[in-house]
Amino acid sequence: MGAQLRIYKRRIKSVTATKKITRAMEMIAASRIIKAQRKVAASKPYADELTAAVTAVAHGSDVKHPLTTEAERPRRAAVLLITSDRGLAGGYNSNAIKAHEHLVGELVSRGLRVDSYVVGRKGLAYLSFRERKVTRSWTGFTDNPEYADAKRVAEPLIEALGRDPDEGGVDEVHIAYTEFESMMTQTPVERRLLPLTLEKSAEDSAEVFERGPGIHPLYDFEPSPEQVLDALLPRYLESRIYNALLQAAASKHAATRRAMKSATDNAEELIRSLTRLANAARQAEITQEITEIVGGASALADASAGSER
Amino acid sequence: MAELHVELVAADRQVWSGEASLVVARTTSGDIGIMPGHQPLLAVLRPGAVTIRTAGATGEGTVVAAVHGGFLSYTDGKLSLLAEIAELAEEIDVERAERAREQARTEQDEAAEGRADVRLAAVSAGH
Repeated sequence: MGAQLRIYKRRIKSVTATKKITRAMEMIAASRIIKAQRKVAASKPYADELTAAVTAVAHGSDVKHPLTTEAERPRRAAVLLITSDRGLAGGYNSNAIKAHEHLVGELVSRGLRVDSYVVGRKGLAYLSFRERKVTRSWTGFTDNPEYADAKRVAEPLIEALGRDPDEGGVDEVHIAYTEFESMMTQTPVERRLLPLTLEKSAEDSAEVFERGPGIHPLYDFEPSPEQVLDALLPRYLESRIYNALLQAAASKHAATRRAMKSATDNAEELIRSLTRLANAARQAEITQEITEIVGGASALADASAGSER
Repeated sequence: MAELHVELVAADRQVWSGEASLVVARTTSGDIGIMPGHQPLLAVLRPGAVTIRTAGATGEGTVVAAVHGGFLSYTDGKLSLLAEIAELAEEIDVERAERAREQARTEQDEAAEGRADVRLAAVSAGH
């Protein structure tokens, strides 16, 4: 076998092995998307009811709660960036990071100091490589987040909201993550979580408004509106973060699936063109052999014909 | 008689939903019973058992659930019970809850002991 042919054969073998791996990863990601989507759906009733309750308190009482009223001059904001622990997901992480950078730029131009909170190793690596300060970070659960993880993430944020901005507290909480729209579309988004703006919460809970003709019932609060809000808002933050984590996980799996699908397609394409080259090399080899034999035979014939004379 | 539509939801799933004539829950300021036609209400729940007396399309009966904190909101015949963790009494593994309580006691983990207590209380209220 010729050297050229051997090289082609070897490359075909290696690309075939890679293709098997990427195909397996594609299938795994596909099954995980479905699981993550199911989790998003399962968490929806709680999130919906909680949003309805928060909207009800925010509209139905005149309570001035630090978490629902804007600080007059906000000085410090927390930004939570949600990325994944692992790559191989196309532009998923860099898009989320881009949204985060855009959000941070906007906040800084408003004159706020920004504290970064990061979920996922990729986002953490990005920020620490640029030697930016990361206030808190979490890793290890981005593929399959549980409610307890969301609680862990929300805890320092809630605590920071209660503190004075000069002592490391924050006036606002923002989040940058990737929203899962469909198998094909995932969009990086940036949102403000707290303090609630009524327009924003209205947007989130459009369904709540559609249900009634725009009249909010007069609620009784037990024990008091302040205490209900005190208890409600941390849960609201947790549930929003949980939802964001789930959406980000579903988006990550969708991005992985797409990246792996195109990798598999590329491998197939490569195998096809390599096979063609290998065939050509083999044919060239055969042709050359024949030429050599024919050339050798005619040289022999010429030589013997010459000696007879 | 009119009925309440009850939704019992935990953070990661819907636990139970159906029609009921009476729901008794424990709020931070005491036990409260809610029947159809109650004034709109939003209350903070304490960990404890919630008793739902079912009626109408769901059939007569009693459903008991262990609820670990959360909220209760009622408007227009619709009652929502929100909790981070909620379990129906029939889903609770008594042996496991008891074991958890023993372990929590030896480790002096009050939160875990409280959770186990709530579970066991719900189971005993369900019988």
